[in-house]
Amino acid sequence: MEQLVKVTGIAAPLLRINIDTDQIIPGKEIMRGSREGYGPGLFGYWRYIEDRTPNPDFILNQEPWKHATILLADRNFGCGSSREPAPKSLRGFGFRAVIAPSFGGIFFNNSFRNGLLPVELPIEQVRLIAEQMEASRGNARVTVDLENQTVTAPHGEVFAFKTPALLRRMLLEGLDEIAVTLTMGPQIEAYRGKDAAKRPWVYRPGAG
Amino acid sequence: MSNPRTFFEKVWSDHVIADLGENTALLSIDRLFLHEMSGSVAVRQLEASGRPPAHPEQVFTVIDHVIDTLPGRGDEDSARAEGVDMIRAARRGSRKYGFNFFDVHDRRQGIVHVISPELGIALPGLTLVCGDSHTCTVGGVGALAWGIGSTEGEHVLATQTLPQVRPQTMRVNFEGALPPGVYAKDMILALIGKIGANGGIGCAVEFAGSAIRSMPVEGRLTICNMAIEFSAKYGFVPPDETTIAYLAGREFAPKGNIWDDAVRFWRGLPSDPGAVFDKEVTIDCSVIGPQVTWGTSPQQVGTIDSRIPDPASEPDPAIRCLLERALDYIQLTPGTQLAGIPIDVAYIGSCTNARISDLRIAAGIVKGRRIAPGITGLCIPGSTQVKAAAEAEGLDKIFKDAGFEWHESGCALCGHMGNDRLENQRVISTTNRNFESRQGPRTRTHLASPATVAASALAGCIADARKLVN
Repeated sequence: MEQLVKVTGIAAPLLRINIDTDQIIPGKEIMRGSREGYGPGLFGYWRYIEDRTPNPDFILNQEPWKHATILLADRNFGCGSSREPAPKSLRGFGFRAVIAPSFGGIFFNNSFRNGLLPVELPIEQVRLIAEQMEASRGNARVTVDLENQTVTAPHGEVFAFKTPALLRRMLLEGLDEIAVTLTMGPQIEAYRGKDAAKRPWVYRPGAG
Repeated sequence: MSNPRTFFEKVWSDHVIADLGENTALLSIDRLFLHEMSGSVAVRQLEASGRPPAHPEQVFTVIDHVIDTLPGRGDEDSARAEGVDMIRAARRGSRKYGFNFFDVHDRRQGIVHVISPELGIALPGLTLVCGDSHTCTVGGVGALAWGIGSTEGEHVLATQTLPQVRPQTMRVNFEGALPPGVYAKDMILALIGKIGANGGIGCAVEFAGSAIRSMPVEGRLTICNMAIEFSAKYGFVPPDETTIAYLAGREFAPKGNIWDDAVRFWRGLPSDPGAVFDKEVTIDCSVIGPQVTWGTSPQQVGTIDSRIPDPASEPDPAIRCLLERALDYIQLTPGTQLAGIPIDVAYIGSCTNARISDLRIAAGIVKGRRIAPGITGLCIPGSTQVKAAAEAEGLDKIFKDAGFEWHESGCALCGHMGNDRLENQRVISTTNRNFESRQGPRTRTHLASPATVAASALAGCIADARKLVN
């Protein structure tokens, strides 16, 4: 897992509700990205007019927003499909964090495993950060600090957020999640032995 | 009872291997389902790690997502070359590791969430995960099932476990009798219209109430399929005698004495009387009419004879902007009645609504009739077994005589994976997502029940099936 402790950078506002993972990376871009990498497929239908011709009206095609490392969005960001290329494409573009009032649950889990931190803040705080960024024409900076679980807005306001402990530790330390779980091998085997006596059908599909 | 528990609490605690603190548990995973699109990535990552799969006998693979569905397809036909990579990687990995594998020409092939209960792979009280958000579908047989990413899939392959944050619980009570011509799809769309596309965020949702108890398993699968469309990762109907009768004799369901033991265990799983949920919603089914979406989120939905709302009357500027964007994309104006909107394509398929009961309803409407001139009708059975059953009943002939194309089973054009056939078309669809370009570039999707899709195919515009059913 790619490590993330703290990121300071441009926060680009894309304050739309229900940005689904089909918008984050369309299916066709997943196919293409499976060979070429997912970054270029990010927001494919919004970012390009036709086959990879940049849409000049889209914020992430504009200076200085195209250098953003933090994305600001409205509620239910990443709803819909489980596609892991969604956080991969955000990370591939250069994002390290997304700040929104709420996230689709599968996207939330996938993000941590791709070095991308989903940060939940109330919409009023997201809007305040967006307004300060817009007022600066993208020249201000926002800091997301995972260790202290705080976001510092351009004008210095500090907002606290929470992340699940296990996922936070994995991202802070860049741990190999599978290696961590495998250290619990004896506990897993003990569970399986006990459960197989109670629910044998689980362990031998179709057995009679 | 001293400590009444919900179905969810029982199944969750049955699977906790270790408490990892702060509401997170390491859960045992009873079934992992892979498909060629996300599953091939999980398998490749496992191969690259050099680790073996922990329990291949608990892993199942099917080819459904990017395989072509045209009649006479080859076993590597896909709209894009990358699709061929995915099919090959899933096939090679599944054979190498000894997973239970349903290849393209296997009679058990089909859309993963259709075959999972059909083959008895999903069972009550099992944890089942798959790299697909509609895995919640199989909550319809009482499994605790949810969608995961490919990296989580690799974790399950390597350990047969998954760390998960425990969700909150929510119960949706569907009470009362559905009026004639109104179906499970209309119930779930009406719910999403009421509570919104984020109404279940962070929740595991139990579907309950008299309308659920009297509903066959296939309808329950349709309801649970769309739990993720209101951002609930998990949706389920706890097992009852309907569930048990449905599962008896299926290939991967237990047999003999083990079946008897399993049934005894399953009967103890439903929520205890007095069990408390974090949230509850009740829907009166007797007043639901056929539902059709008019925007780019399943929450943008109305009864078929209603009119598209005017964003100008929405006080919240963020929501007003959302509505304006949706109407701009879908190319419809406020005040337009849903019934009567001209369509280009009628699409019957997907893990939502392509089981045999869905095909029977649609066939009953198109039988002896022809779809309107200029309309493309597509029928893609949910599984190869559904297709065979439909053909045995002559449903294929009914669809073809009416002018529908009759396809092989697969996910087909529910999500756009490179086949541009629905580009720029207005589609009425039995699928589950009406997102921008979900079914193809600039495709405008209207979600509805199989009955509404069939009636609309005949009329050439969004049409009320109740006017065709006697």
